[in-house]
Amino acid sequence: MSVASADVAEYATWLGDDSLILAQRLGELISRAPELEEDVALGNIALDLLGHARSLLQYAGTATAQNEDDLAYWRTEPDFRSAHLMEQPNGDFAHVIARQLVSAHYLYELYARLQASADLTLAAIAAKAVKEVNYHRDHAAQWTLRLALGTDESRRRMVAALSDVWPYVDELFRDEPFIDRLDGIAARPSTLRTAFDAAIEPVLAEADLAVPRGFTAAGGGRRGVHSEHLAFVLAEMQVLTRAHPGAKW
Amino acid sequence: MTASVEEQQFTDLIAADSRIEPRDWMPDAYRKTLVRQISQHAHSEIIGMQPESNWITRAPSLKRKAILIAKVQDEAGHGLYLYSAAQTLGTSRDEMTDALIAGRARYSSIFNYPAPSWADIGSIGWLVDGAAICNQVPLCRASYGPYGRAMVRICKEESFHQRQGFEILLELMQGTAAQREMAQESVNRWYWPALMMFGPPDDDSPNSAQSMKWKIKRHSNDELRQRFVNMLVPQAAVLGVTLPDPDLRFNEATQLYDLGEIDWTEFHEVLAGRGPANAQRLQRRRDAHDDGRWVREAAAAYAHKMAAKPATDTADADVPNEAAS
Ligand SMILES: [Fe+2]
Ligand SMILES: [Fe+2]
Repeated sequence: MSVASADVAEYATWLGDDSLILAQRLGELISRAPELEEDVALGNIALDLLGHARSLLQYAGTATAQNEDDLAYWRTEPDFRSAHLMEQPNGDFAHVIARQLVSAHYLYELYARLQASADLTLAAIAAKAVKEVNYHRDHAAQWTLRLALGTDESRRRMVAALSDVWPYVDELFRDEPFIDRLDGIAARPSTLRTAFDAAIEPVLAEADLAVPRGFTAAGGGRRGVHSEHLAFVLAEMQVLTRAHPGAKW
Repeated sequence: MTASVEEQQFTDLIAADSRIEPRDWMPDAYRKTLVRQISQHAHSEIIGMQPESNWITRAPSLKRKAILIAKVQDEAGHGLYLYSAAQTLGTSRDEMTDALIAGRARYSSIFNYPAPSWADIGSIGWLVDGAAICNQVPLCRASYGPYGRAMVRICKEESFHQRQGFEILLELMQGTAAQREMAQESVNRWYWPALMMFGPPDDDSPNSAQSMKWKIKRHSNDELRQRFVNMLVPQAAVLGVTLPDPDLRFNEATQLYDLGEIDWTEFHEVLAGRGPANAQRLQRRRDAHDDGRWVREAAAAYAHKMAAKPATDTADADVPNEAAS
């Protein structure tokens, strides 16, 4: 693997942390899904995301001679770069699906674009990931339809979930100044929004769901400013590793 | 009384070591025994996900986290194959699930032990999946076709499970003093319950003889337990862990290990629902089932609406028309 520059490492950390934290959230659900088939499906999605996170964090670590576990287990909250969307608690199954619908559509556009990155390592990671998140996108879209058009209760829950999740959408498409230095390497977040809207709106329309209007969350994950939830996610994820500094597992 | 033609055919198939298939005639007792055994086995896979999923969020490296997710997911898959196999005998998955969450169905008592330590993920793989393999490899030849075939798929994955458990323990035993202690403490807790997974001793196993006659079961409980210990002893030596049985000794005459006394009182206590985690396991399963009800209802209502739609409406759906009709 080639060695990432400091800027590329920062960018790989954005992407890696998003997938890591989302995989961690989905990991909480395994053995608690509404049906066994969903335990398998959510497990698959969590595994894919964890795979992407590992590749991205390994690459990010090359800049500072750290490995994926150094980054996952030994950084503290302000050094994480995850977006607030990924940190949100699971809530009911409708909330899980709403978060999946948004995140998978975002990740699809991201990796589709990143396949053409001038950074060959990022391009290779993206080429593999895009196929997997395409399946995640489909899984979320199918469930969005079932829940939105199923029963009165499921519709009520899906509408509430979508409006709870939607405030976190904007952050995904916000540019940070350092992205200017990664022209041709990073997928500039703001330029992914049109494709995201074009892909997600037909799903919402078919599900008879309106794009929620309301407030926009302040975000700040890319600068290390996180939701109240992240500290708990990290505390759980890191607890055993940190109790045994230097140990191998 | 002479046997009916069908009964004779059944007996002949069993005698010839052929497979009984769902459409073949079979005695009621054979069917009942299979439904009981296969559904218990399916429930064990599903309840067995719990102690391990307990460590997914805390797995100490990303590689271990990935392996553990894959493993727990495999167990869900095993449950699904087995429920399907049991359904071919005319019992629905809903009936089996209801029996489980109502506390009427059994599952392997081993999963009523808690997994408070990371090393337990190693012990579960090495000892519990290891015992499962000894139990299950002969079941690949079970006389009932769908069961035998499900077991072939399952056994392939179980050997990967055992290996990953062994590797976790090996890594711990080669690690720090605290890690070695963690591994030994966990093996101490899981060794005896794993031996109990083979069931009561042969002279106290009421259903075994009939199951062996029907070729559902191929070896006695004690025989399988013995095989398991023979497999464990050299592996324990490689790991450097001590098996917690001071009476464990190789017997030159039998070429087998003599085991210490198993505490069957504990076995019967856990079986009777008084194990350390019985209530917790069932409650978690029931909660997942109850919390998921509205989701399953939504999926059913949606499928129903789609099926009721006139063909012209579905022309633009991704489902090809032939499949929808
Ligand atoms: Fe299994
Ligand atoms: Fe297993």
